Amino acid sequence: MVLRKKERDVEIPSASLADIAFLLLIFFLVATTIDVDKGLDLVLPPIGSEIEIAKKNITNLLINDAGEILLDNEVVPVEEVDDIIRDKLAENDKLIVSVKTARKTKYDIYIRVLDQLKKAGATRISIAEPEEA
Amino acid sequence: MAIKIEKKSKLKIGIPTASMPDIIFQLLIFFMVSTVLREYTGLKVELPEAVKVQKLATKRHVSTIWVDRFNNIVIDDVSVKKITDLRTIVYNKLVEDKQLIISLRIDKEADMGIVTDIHQELRKANALRINYSAIPAVR
Repeated sequence: MVLRKKERDVEIPSASLADIAFLLLIFFLVATTIDVDKGLDLVLPPIGSEIEIAKKNITNLLINDAGEILLDNEVVPVEEVDDIIRDKLAENDKLIVSVKTARKTKYDIYIRVLDQLKKAGATRISIAEPEEA
Repeated sequence: MAIKIEKKSKLKIGIPTASMPDIIFQLLIFFMVSTVLREYTGLKVELPEAVKVQKLATKRHVSTIWVDRFNNIVIDDVSVKKITDLRTIVYNKLVEDKQLIISLRIDKEADMGIVTDIHQELRKANALRINYSAIPAVR
C-alpha cells in the first residue's frame, strides 16, 4: 500500500570537472598579462614642504630647452653626469640633486638625466619648478 | 637476455591522475587572483629609454596618465581637458585607494612644461608616488 519512490542515486557527474577547470584555467592564462610596467620611481615632495637646505648640500642641475646640461655651472654631456654625481656623493652623502628644467625641454632628456642620477645612486632628487618665461 | 628485459618493462608504472583536478584548481585560483582584467587603451606614446628601470610592484594600485606629443592628457581613459581638473580626478582616486601609484606614460617628445604642470597637480592632490614609464634600454 505504501507508495514508495524508488531511491535513486542523484549525483552531479564529476567526471568533466577537470575539463571545466581546464577551460577556466586556459581563459585566465590568456587574460593575464604578466609583464608589468617598468619605469623610474620617484616620490614627489608634499606641497608646502619647502625647507631650507644648506648650500653645500645642494647640487644644481639645469637642463635648458636645447637639452644642454649645466651641472655646477659647467656644461657636461649626459653620459658623464653619473660619474660626476657619484664622486660628489662619495664626498658628501647628504647631497641633494636639484633638477631644474626649462618649459621647452624635451621629456626624453629629463628621463636620461634622471636615469643617470639613479645610476649614480642618488636617492635625494629634487625637482625644481621651471621659471615662467 | 632479451626476455629478461621484457619482463622488467612489463611493470605497470602510471602517474596517478586522481589529484589532477586539484592541481588544476590551484593553478586556476592563482591565475584568477593575479589577473587584473581592467585594461586601458590610453594614447599612442613613444616611451623614453632608461637603464635603471624598476618594476611597478603591483598593477592593482596603479592609475596611469598618458601624455602624447601633442600635449593631450588622458588618465585611465578619461580625457583631461583642463589640467586643473586632474587634481580632482586624482584626489578622488586617492580617497578610494590610499596606496595609489601614478604611472606616467609620457611621450619622449613631450615638453617638460606639461610634465611640470602634472607634477604640481599631483602634489596638490597629495598623490606623491609616481613612476615614469620607460623602456629598459639594451646596453
